Parts: sequence; C-alpha cells; structure tokens
Amino acid sequence: MMLTVVLWCAAALLALAPLAVIVAHMAKAAPIVYGLCAAAALISLLAALKQLLGAAPAESMALPLGIPWVGTHFRIDALSAFFLAVVDLGAVTASLFAIGYGSHEAAPSRVLPFYPAFLAAMNLVVLADDAFTFLVSWEFMSLTSWALVVSHHRVRDNVYAGYVYIVMASFGTLALLLAFGLLAGPDGLYTFAQIRAAHPTAGFAALVLFLALIGAGSKAGLVPLHVWLPLAHPAAPSHVSALMSGVMTKVAVYGFVRIVFDLVGGPAWWWSMVVLALGGVTAVMGVLYALMQHDLKRLLAYHTVENIGIIFIGLGLALAFKAYGMDSAAALALTAGLLHVFNHSVFKSLLFFGSGAVLTATGERDMEHLGGLIHNMPQTAFVFLVGCVAISALPPLNGFVSEWLTFQAVLLSPQLPSWGLKLLVPGVGALLALSAALAAACFVKAFGVTFLGRPRTLAAERAAETDQFSLAAMYFLAALCLVAGVLPGLFIDALAPLADILVGSRMPVQTGVQWLSIVPIAAGRSSYNGLLVFLFIGISGTLAAFAIHRLASDRLRRGPAWDCGYPDPSPATQYTASSFAQPIRRVFGTSMFRARELVEMPPPGDMRPARLVVVVRDLIWDAIYAPVAAAIGFSADRLNVLQFLTIRQFLSLVFALLVILLLVLAIWP
Amino acid sequence: MILDFAVQGLQMLLVLALAPLLTGFVRKAKARLMRRQGPPLIQPYRDLIRLMHKDVVLASNASWLFRVIPYLIFAVTWVAASLVPTFRIGLLFSWSADLIAIIALLGSARFFQALAGLDVGTSFGGIGASREVMIASLAEPAMLMIVFTLALIAGSTQLSNIAEFMVSPAVGLRVSLALGLLALILVAIAENGRIPVDNPATHLELTMVHEAMVLEYSGRHLALIELTASLKLILYVSLIACLFAPWGLKPEGAGIADFTIGIPAYLGKLAVGGFLLALFETSIAKMRVFRVPEFLGVALMLGLLAVLLRFVSGSL
Repeated sequence: MMLTVVLWCAAALLALAPLAVIVAHMAKAAPIVYGLCAAAALISLLAALKQLLGAAPAESMALPLGIPWVGTHFRIDALSAFFLAVVDLGAVTASLFAIGYGSHEAAPSRVLPFYPAFLAAMNLVVLADDAFTFLVSWEFMSLTSWALVVSHHRVRDNVYAGYVYIVMASFGTLALLLAFGLLAGPDGLYTFAQIRAAHPTAGFAALVLFLALIGAGSKAGLVPLHVWLPLAHPAAPSHVSALMSGVMTKVAVYGFVRIVFDLVGGPAWWWSMVVLALGGVTAVMGVLYALMQHDLKRLLAYHTVENIGIIFIGLGLALAFKAYGMDSAAALALTAGLLHVFNHSVFKSLLFFGSGAVLTATGERDMEHLGGLIHNMPQTAFVFLVGCVAISALPPLNGFVSEWLTFQAVLLSPQLPSWGLKLLVPGVGALLALSAALAAACFVKAFGVTFLGRPRTLAAERAAETDQFSLAAMYFLAALCLVAGVLPGLFIDALAPLADILVGSRMPVQTGVQWLSIVPIAAGRSSYNGLLVFLFIGISGTLAAFAIHRLASDRLRRGPAWDCGYPDPSPATQYTASSFAQPIRRVFGTSMFRARELVEMPPPGDMRPARLVVVVRDLIWDAIYAPVAAAIGFSADRLNVLQFLTIRQFLSLVFALLVILLLVLAIWP
Repeated sequence: MILDFAVQGLQMLLVLALAPLLTGFVRKAKARLMRRQGPPLIQPYRDLIRLMHKDVVLASNASWLFRVIPYLIFAVTWVAASLVPTFRIGLLFSWSADLIAIIALLGSARFFQALAGLDVGTSFGGIGASREVMIASLAEPAMLMIVFTLALIAGSTQLSNIAEFMVSPAVGLRVSLALGLLALILVAIAENGRIPVDNPATHLELTMVHEAMVLEYSGRHLALIELTASLKLILYVSLIACLFAPWGLKPEGAGIADFTIGIPAYLGKLAVGGFLLALFETSIAKMRVFRVPEFLGVALMLGLLAVLLRFVSGSL
C-alpha cells in the first residue's frame, strides 16, 4: 500500500519534468512547479513516515519494465523508509524554499525540468530492489544533478565543476556496476533478494566492500574522492545545493549501507578498520578544508565532507561490533551514524537555504564581501545561527546528540578483541573530537564574518530580508533541529527497526525513560537529557536577566565602538574570513596544505600598496588527481595522431588488430 | 526527594556565590606571593555590584545577539557548573548531562562568546575570537580524551558515577590517571585563560585573548561575563577536585549532618586549588600565542596516550 503511494509520487515527479519544460517560460511557472513538487514529496514523506513509525512489514513490487525476464523491482523496508523520509523531508523543504527563491532564477527553463526529475531519481534509488533499477536510478540521479550544477553555465567555474563532477560520478557508477556484477555472480542474480541469499566468498566480499567504498564514497564525498563535491555543490542553485549536500550524499550513504550491511552478508573484522580510518581522515580533512574557505557555499560543501566522515565513523564502529557479534553495541553505533544522517540532512539544508537567502539579498557568496547582515536580515540570521549551533555539535541542539552517541559507541570499543581496532579506535575518537572542535571554530567564522560586524560592501549594507516561503522552510528546519535535540529519544526509537534489520539488535527503547532522557546502554553508564538542559539554560538565563533588570539597572546608551580607544571607521579593518582562520591555518595548515604567507613589500618610493598573499595548496589534488589528469592528457595528445592517418594506415591497423586477436585466441588455453 | 531538590538548589547557589570569592582568593594569593598587599577578598563582589548598577554603553552597531549573549553564556556555564559535584555525589539532576555534555556546554558558551567578539566589527574583537577558537580547537579534543580515560576507568561518563568510583578503593594508582590529571591541568589553565596561555589581569596587550573578545562589553553585560569567567574557574577546580581529590565527597543519601564534612572539605579543596594556581601563575611567564598549540598539543597527546593505555590494558 505505502509502496504504491510512494511510487506514484515518484511517477508524478517524473511526469512533472516534461510538464516543466512546457511551462518553464510562463511567468508563474516556478511557484507552480515547486508547489507541485512539494505536494508530491509531502505525500511521499508521510507515507514513508507511516511505514517507518508504524513498523509495517516490508512490501515489494515487480513492474514489467526494464530488462526482459528481470523486470523492475521495488521494495520498501525500514531502511528504505528511513532514507525515503530523509530524501522527501529535504525535498519538501527545498521545494518550499524554492517557491520564493526560484522566482529570482534568470533561466528557469534550465532548472525547472531537471529539479523534479532529480527528486524522482533520489526516491527511486532508495526504493530499488534489484541491481539494474538501482544503477539506472543512481545514474539518473547523477545526470539530473549534473544538469542542475551546470544550469548557470555562463559562469566559467561552474562548467569546470560540472566537468569534474560528471567524470567522478561516472567513475563512481562504474565501481558500483562492478560491485553489483560481483554480487550478481555468474548466474546473473539481479534482484536484491537473490543477492542476499547468495553468499559471496571472502575475497569477493572484500572486493565488493572496496568497490562500494569507491562508488558510494565518491558520491558521498569520502576523502580522497571528495574533490568534485566542493566544486559542484556550490555551483548549483541554492535549493539544489541543499538537496545535493543534505540529501544526495545521504542517498550515497544508503547505497553503502544497503550493499555492505545488507547484501554482502557478514563483514570481516578488518573491514571496519578501513571504514573507520577513512571516516576519521574525512572528518578532519573536511573541516580543515572548510576552515580555509571564504566562499560561504563552498565552506558548507566542505562541511558535508566532514559530516560524511562522522557518519562513516559510526558505520565503521557498527561494522566492527557486528563482525565480533556484539550486536547491541553495533546497534548503538549504527543508530548514532544513521541519526547523524538525519541530523545532517536537516541542518545542512537549513544552512544552504540561509546561504541562498544571502545570495539573493546581496548577490555575494564570498564572505569577505559580506558582514553585518544580522541588522537587515534578522530572521535569516537567527535561523542560520540555529543551523550553525546544530552543526557545531553543541547542546541542546540535534548535532550534539548524534555525536554524543558516537562517542558512547567509541567508549564501548575496548571490548573488541582485535588489537588493530584497539589501537585505531582511540585515534579515530581523537579525530572525531578534533573535528567537532574545529567545526565550532569554522561556524564562528561563517556566522561571524557573514552576519556580524560591519557591512564590508554596499551590497551587504543594502541587503533586505528574504521572502516568506524561504523563511518558512528555514524556520521549519530550525524547529526540527531543536526538537531532535531536546527529544532525541523519539528519533532513536524510530531507528530501531533499521538496527534490527542490519545488525540484528536494537537499542533500548528510549521513549519510556523517565524525564525523556536518552540512555543508550544503561542508566549507570551514561544518559543525556536535552530537554532538561534546554529548560535549565532557558530558566537560568531568563532569571538572571529578570533579576538584574529589576534589582540593578536596565538602562542602556548607544555610543561609538570602544576598540581600546582606537576605533577605525573603515570596515576593511575588521577581521575577515581568512584572517579569522589565520591562527588555525598556522597550526594545522602549514603541513597539511603547505599554507604559506608571502608579504610583498614594494621598495621605498614605489607607490604600490604592500600585499599579503596566502598560498594554500590542496595536496590530495596534487598527489592523486593532477598526475592522473596529466597522464590522460599526455596519452590523449600522443594518441591524437591516430585521427590523421591515411586510409591505408587505418586498414593496416585494423588488419594488425585482427592478427593479434587471432593470435590471442590461438594461444589462449 | 525534597531534600535532593534542596541539595541541588544549594549546589547551584553555592557555586554561584563562591565563584567570585575564588577569583578574589587567587588574586589575593598572587598579590601576596608578589609581596603586594592585593585587593581584599571580596573585591570581585564589589566590582560585580558596581558594574551591574552602571549603564550599559552599547556600540552603535551592536546587534540583538550581542545583548543576549552575556545572559546566554552565563546561563550555560551556570548549568554546567551546577552539574559538577562539589560536596555531595548524586545530585538530583546529575543524570541530565554527563561529562561529555558538560564539556560540550562549555563549548556552547565559548561559541557564543567568540561570536560576541565579532559582533561590533572591531579588530580587537576579531583577534580575541580567532585566537580563542584556535585554543579551543586543541583544548576541547584534549578534554574529551581525558573524559574518555576517566569513562573507561570508571565504566561511565556520568560525573557522579565517576566520582563515586574515584572515592572507592577500586581505583588504585594508574598511569593513565596520572597522564589524565596532567592533561586536565593543562587544559584547565588554557580554558580559563590563565598564565601562561592568557593573562586575566592584562588589558591592552597584543597577546590577550579573552579580554580582547569582551572589550566592547560594559555595565551589567560585563558583570555577567566576569561572573561567567569566575564560574568557569570554579567549575574546573571543582572538577579536578571531585575527580582527583574526592576526599570528603558525601555519597548519595547522606544526611544533613554530613554536610558539616562535605562543605568544609570542598572549601578547603578550593583554597588549595586556588593557591596552587596562584603559585603556578607567579612562577611562570606568559608564552607567545603560537607556543600555545604546542602546550595544548602536549595535553592532547597525554590524553590520547592515556586512552590508548586504557584500550590496551585494563589495569594501567
């Protein structure tokens, strides 16, 4: 029943795409298309929630489409339902946001048709129940999102971003294709049910793990496969950026979880080491990259890389516990990772919406040209602040809860018998702690430079508050950040059926705990109550304000800034994004990014101003991608001569190839 | 139940009331060690009252956030401080936030304080905020490593349970605990902006961090921020005391008679902690800002080493 509903919603979204081509030129096209998208996604979201919260049994359906004798299979179980809810929650809010935001679009016909198709593709990926449908939907998702990335094709960087994205996406899909090829085996078992029943040998299973890490990891943004992400996500229109960062990366996580936890079967113990190491490195590298940025949207995109790292740390711990049969600990780690999937989709969408609102109001993405927006855009500033606090993993909002659960899972890992894990897990825990602290630093910078201080340009000074639809979407997500932060038990319980499916155990029921606390293992071990912490903070803050205003003084005068007696009227003397990050760049960046500060001091008598140039290099790009690109360029140049041969030379080439093939056939045993 | 509630309330008021006294005591002790007379012990209270009665002079472009932040960080720090056991274990609400959450609450306070530094758009505010987050980015992971060590030894992240374990004879002498204590002291010095990381007495010095961040505050806002700094100091001293010197901490269910032991013991520990801090501060010079990462890197490595020891062996 629910499966039918969600498939109809996906079909409606697919049908909207050609419709949007027709109506895209009309004046009111954007609100209509986005409104219909929001409606379809909302129905799908409600159905997915009903499936998930109602703990309904899995439903499956085969449609006579696609490859003959294989058909197209769809299935909704708790895992699909959860990710469907994440996808559609993002879709509803992005569509709502876009009703306002999309009206500023210069070329709506380049965005409107692809947007519903993109939503439909993401819905179909999580519903697919055979390898063929999964891969087709996956590739469709890549292509539609690519079209959205290059929708502003006149901007030079965007075309480059689209190019890198399509290359990496094709590479990732190739890896997934091979992974499913291995899983399908020589018998061609395409449906997931058949794959699940067939247990691959240990070697094949390990190969599938690596291929899934490459395929899903490149889409999710695991270091070192993340290079396309900070280019492509910011290039798209902001509501699409939110979907790509907040939702599409989660679809990639779904792909990884589905393959590694569900389809392959029992993991080997060392799998978790690979996943944990990658997750830890991704978390810290992502946030350090983010700290070096001064483009607001690119900073947010790099933070997606960081959060994917945190999610993979949770998943890696779950794999480790699962491999050793510690099911309840595995359930905790898995729940932590999946809760972070949900949390990140909420606050990352919120933050990208905020950056979109800033972009609409000022036309700027570069933080160094912004500042002081809190005065003209107080509501956007408020919701953006909520998102910043949430993503920095600070209590009482939701980001803290999932990181807290991950820490609790880390603290269970001394019980693991493997020495490799005993040595690795503390290091990963330290990396997780480091990334959380750096994330807070990064969002002090993002919010402080963009919204606080004095406006650095005229555009920032003249900014105006964004429209009602955008605000509604952002307020909704901000409220969700708070609710998931103060009542995390509800969300943890909703994830219980997933843990049941994937690791065969579930966390203790949280909603029955006194005072709505969460108790992941036992009351004597650890507990956290977001609601009480929130109330305590609220009450004591209000009490303090009330007492001081009543008993002491509530008078207030405005005056010029003090600044130790030397205030400078020029807003250029404020701290900028790069100067704010300078201490951290000096501590972490000198080795990791070869960060150098060059002072260009003109000789006496020269009228040029002195300049400080900061050089930051991306060593991963230099070490991995640049050589590959150079090799491809070099061989392409060399092979170019093949285009200019005479007909006789071509014929002799063909003849030589024929002879070689015959020789191979003759020698082949 | 009512008694528990009263104890929790007493604890909240106790830390709030004692916080300026501890600050005054450290100042006095420092002055005496330098052979100065020093301000009287109650000088911080006088300062607070005077500041609270003054008008607030707000920079003309300060936003609403700038005005909310003092109350917010005070509330957050107060909540965190009132969850640390001072004279009695098993406070009524101690389960509402474990040690990780307490550290994260302090992180929230710092997040907003750094934002306040950027709000007016002055270069001093910016320099303070950017250095504060640099210090925090190393101090927080180091602190979490210490929490991990303690949690792995005591089998709990609940501060009450850890403290209870530390009172019990099961704890013994452990290498990881020694490393943890050393790291915790380094982190506490950095977090509270004490010498050699930052100088709380300084004003207009190019290396200042905390004072630069709060430069634009005045009147009752400044009073709250000063009070918050005192609360943070007493929080860390109480934390070290309840973890590494848990003598005199009364277990849950102790009667009123036991307070006659618990509270004087706590006061004694505060005095010793404050004196040691003053002694340390007078015997060391402030370091350059970019030496601080090395200082905190030591704390982080010590913490990591302690956690590794716990992972590798159950008895170390």
